Amino acid sequence: MLSYIARRLLATIPVIIMVAVVVFAILRLTPGDPAAILAGDDATSAQLAQIRQSMGLDQPIYLQFIHWVGQLLHGDLGVSLLSGTSVAGMIAHRMGPSFALAVGTIIVTLIIALPLGIIAAWKQGKLLDRAIMSFSVFGFSVPTFVVAYLLIYLFSIGLDWLPVQGYKPLSAGFWPFAERLILPVLALSAIYIALIARITRSSIIEVMGEDFIRTARAKGVKENVVLIHHALRNAAVPIITIIGIGVASLISGVVVTETVFNLPGLGRLVVEAVLARDYPVIQGLILLFSLIYILINLVVDVLYAVFDPRIRY
Amino acid sequence: MPVSANSEPAIGASEGLADLPGAGTPVSSSGPGVWARFRETLKSGPVLFAFVILVAIVLIAILAPVLGTVDPVAINPAERLRHVSAAHWFGTDAFGRDTYSRVIYGARVSLLVGAGATVMSIAVGLLIGVIAGYFRMADAVIMRVMDGIMAIPNILLAIALVSLTGASLVTVLVAITIPEIPRVVRLVRSVILTVRTEPYVEAAVTLGTRVPRLLFRHMVPNTIPPLIVQGTYIFAAAILIEATLSFLGAGLPPEIPSWGNMMSEGRMYFQLLPGLILFPGIFLALTLLSVNVLGDVLRDVLDPRMARRP
Repeated sequence: MLSYIARRLLATIPVIIMVAVVVFAILRLTPGDPAAILAGDDATSAQLAQIRQSMGLDQPIYLQFIHWVGQLLHGDLGVSLLSGTSVAGMIAHRMGPSFALAVGTIIVTLIIALPLGIIAAWKQGKLLDRAIMSFSVFGFSVPTFVVAYLLIYLFSIGLDWLPVQGYKPLSAGFWPFAERLILPVLALSAIYIALIARITRSSIIEVMGEDFIRTARAKGVKENVVLIHHALRNAAVPIITIIGIGVASLISGVVVTETVFNLPGLGRLVVEAVLARDYPVIQGLILLFSLIYILINLVVDVLYAVFDPRIRY
Repeated sequence: MPVSANSEPAIGASEGLADLPGAGTPVSSSGPGVWARFRETLKSGPVLFAFVILVAIVLIAILAPVLGTVDPVAINPAERLRHVSAAHWFGTDAFGRDTYSRVIYGARVSLLVGAGATVMSIAVGLLIGVIAGYFRMADAVIMRVMDGIMAIPNILLAIALVSLTGASLVTVLVAITIPEIPRVVRLVRSVILTVRTEPYVEAAVTLGTRVPRLLFRHMVPNTIPPLIVQGTYIFAAAILIEATLSFLGAGLPPEIPSWGNMMSEGRMYFQLLPGLILFPGIFLALTLLSVNVLGDVLRDVLDPRMARRP
């Protein structure tokens, strides 16, 4: 097991290096001079040259890359062009809302999606199954921001139960914190619930055809025990895979959801940075999100081995 | 196994298509079987519904000028922020532009962006995938670059690409296309790798067939059925990404009436006029819904071996 984890970790390194190369390349090798953008429209050529020198832009591209990676390894993501503060500091400052949103979404998703998937598999082909699966196709196809506005329309404007948008940290009290997160979490969960309910259903149906299920039934195990104890546990691997794959849409969803609900998190920071063309911030955030994505998939791969002892690479 | 093995972006393709066994096996797509199976699937209610919706959206896009629309970009300050009425079926926006006309013309924008990005990513991905699958020396380098691109969530990559050059139709198309290319490359490569050891390909090699003819006459046709299926998912993903980018303010220039732009502009007035966001939102959702359902159908029809279990 340990050697498997070690090999899996090593295999991640080239991917991380490639992400760094890609991010560096798209932000440096495109037309447009970062120094000119930083200096503004009415800078003199002497000022431009000075900025170029201070940013290291006068050096060969491979030296710039090595220098940049060296900074990264020291945890230095550079300085925002706009505010002049460190990118790492900005990220730390804005992490709270995104973290709360992502954790809430994963919890809500699992609480709703697993039972839905199990019920659909249990009632396979019946009306309930078809209703759940139709809902799943809807949840999968309706974009997060459309779901978000439908929820606001219904619960904030129509019923006036919840605030339209905004964010309060947990330190402001639990309810003010939670009531502003309910709608964002529900909006972001929709696509995830759809995906996971669907895969839970098909995995369980597949497992239910296996011999050991027939044996369990033959020896008189109750149907609900068969479903939960025998089938769900063996359906865990595909479900975990989808959770890993879904992280990509979770990340895009965080960006969109924070914009709709005005949550001051990392996703909002991406949009602000893009609109202001604050390249160091964009670079830092893409690296961070990609790293999170890679690491979660790493954890998923390790979990395979935990849930299914037959898997050994 | 590197991370790429399970880092398929989830938008569009719910099951990592390129990884499934069977994605690489040659499939015959000709003959009456395909049509028969297609007609058979149309008997299912939801599929017929999706088919009707998609045909309707396409017709709306083509016939936009004759569907009772006015100029979708004509500004009329006297008619700002009107509610639904006989004159303005969906109301008007903050510039007095007719929301109904903008939604109808928005179908054109979405379908064109979706089709453009699909064609471009499949063309480029096919070329790179063939090279990676056939020329083993290039393979390692190409696939590492693809792993790198795939490890960046596609919305973020697209946002970064747009932010570099500023928003224009071409930039947005390219920015949507690039994150989709690796999926095509992996699919094509896996097909080529499987096919190159088939007896008929080896026979062609023995007969002295030149490499370009070998590749494009004997090997590439096998990639077409899975590429059509993948194409529908890319089409849906491209429409969604365009709408998302535009909604975030990093997409098409604001003067283009796209559903994403309309929703972005409607944000400030949502409490006053929810229709500014809900009308384009519903059209967007219906389009994606029908493309996704039909994508699943195409997969079942074109490649029964990949069909989902009951």
